[in-house]
Amino acid sequence: MARNGVISRRIRSDKIEGFEISAMDSQKEVHVLAVDDSLVDRKVIERLLKISSCKVTAVDSGRRALQFLGIDEEKKTVGFDGLKVDLIITDYCMPGMTGYELLKKIKESSALREIPVVIMSSENILTRIDRCLEEGAEDFIVKPVKLSDVKRLRDYMKREDKNHSENRGGTVNKRKLRETSDPSLSTYPSSISSSSSSSPSSSSSSVELDSPTRRLKMTNTDL
Amino acid sequence: MEGVAQLRRQLVDYLTSLFQEGFLDNQFTQLQQLQDESNPDFVVEVVNLFFEDSERLLNELTKALDQPSVDFKKVDSHVHQLKGSSSSIGAQRVQNVCIAFRNYCEEHNIEGCLNCLQQVKQEYSLVKNKLETLFKLEQQLLAAGGSVP
Repeated sequence: MARNGVISRRIRSDKIEGFEISAMDSQKEVHVLAVDDSLVDRKVIERLLKISSCKVTAVDSGRRALQFLGIDEEKKTVGFDGLKVDLIITDYCMPGMTGYELLKKIKESSALREIPVVIMSSENILTRIDRCLEEGAEDFIVKPVKLSDVKRLRDYMKREDKNHSENRGGTVNKRKLRETSDPSLSTYPSSISSSSSSSPSSSSSSVELDSPTRRLKMTNTDL
Repeated sequence: MEGVAQLRRQLVDYLTSLFQEGFLDNQFTQLQQLQDESNPDFVVEVVNLFFEDSERLLNELTKALDQPSVDFKKVDSHVHQLKGSSSSIGAQRVQNVCIAFRNYCEEHNIEGCLNCLQQVKQEYSLVKNKLETLFKLEQQLLAAGGSVP
């Protein structure tokens, strides 16, 4: 059975044997799967990602995304097309399968749940954002998407790679962790920051904390 | 034929006016920043997609609102799409009409919707015109040997 999460295949050349873990890793291009039913938005997100040095595959529906990822709704098995995807960025409002439903399917799949999923939406609805984060989305971007949004994701993905082995426990219980991410709390578990005061501003000296979910990740690795 | 400097000035002034008059917002600037030598036509390409998409949606909207029994959910869905794409290219005035349009959909207010449809068609037509003029000015500048700012 193909080890889909690990085997990486170059699009233009023949199949490469073995794993793509090597000194090349640092230069390895990040492959992003973008899902959006809007043609205009697909074009924009594709460009944003390419200009940020990502390889991009853009599809127009959740269904196609799952097919690309090797899970067909009907088949419920992982296909042979193990093209390694490092990040999935999907629109929320789509006909057929919404981004939320796609997120759920991805997190339900043992082969795919490790892949970070980011949701985009034109509507800044708190309950929607919460729902997505609870379901395991790494981040939520309010449209229109800007270069700074994508840049933030890039940094985040590099960190994902490093933390990957520590995060083997899968998409940890974000539900639980979210309770501690209440911005009104001024302290974090003291194990995070080595400096004496554990206020958010000082713990940001060691990590980038401009996204609530990133804070959650750091919390997790220390538990 | 006008000199490069003059054409450049004309282009800059025109673009500035589009921002000042609210036709375009910062998202358009974002798109311009994504354009470079390797992708010199990016903005034109995205905008053309927007034109195609919008025309399709405006047709759909006209049809949907012309029905004896209007399906407001469908209308709202089209407006939502139009709002999204206009927002993605920075067509601010179009986007703003869409916001009002959606409110009328929610209220099942057919007259409000019809008014908004007319308005959005107008705004779309205006911004299309403006953008086409902008691109023409760019072409003139390039043809005269200048570079787009």
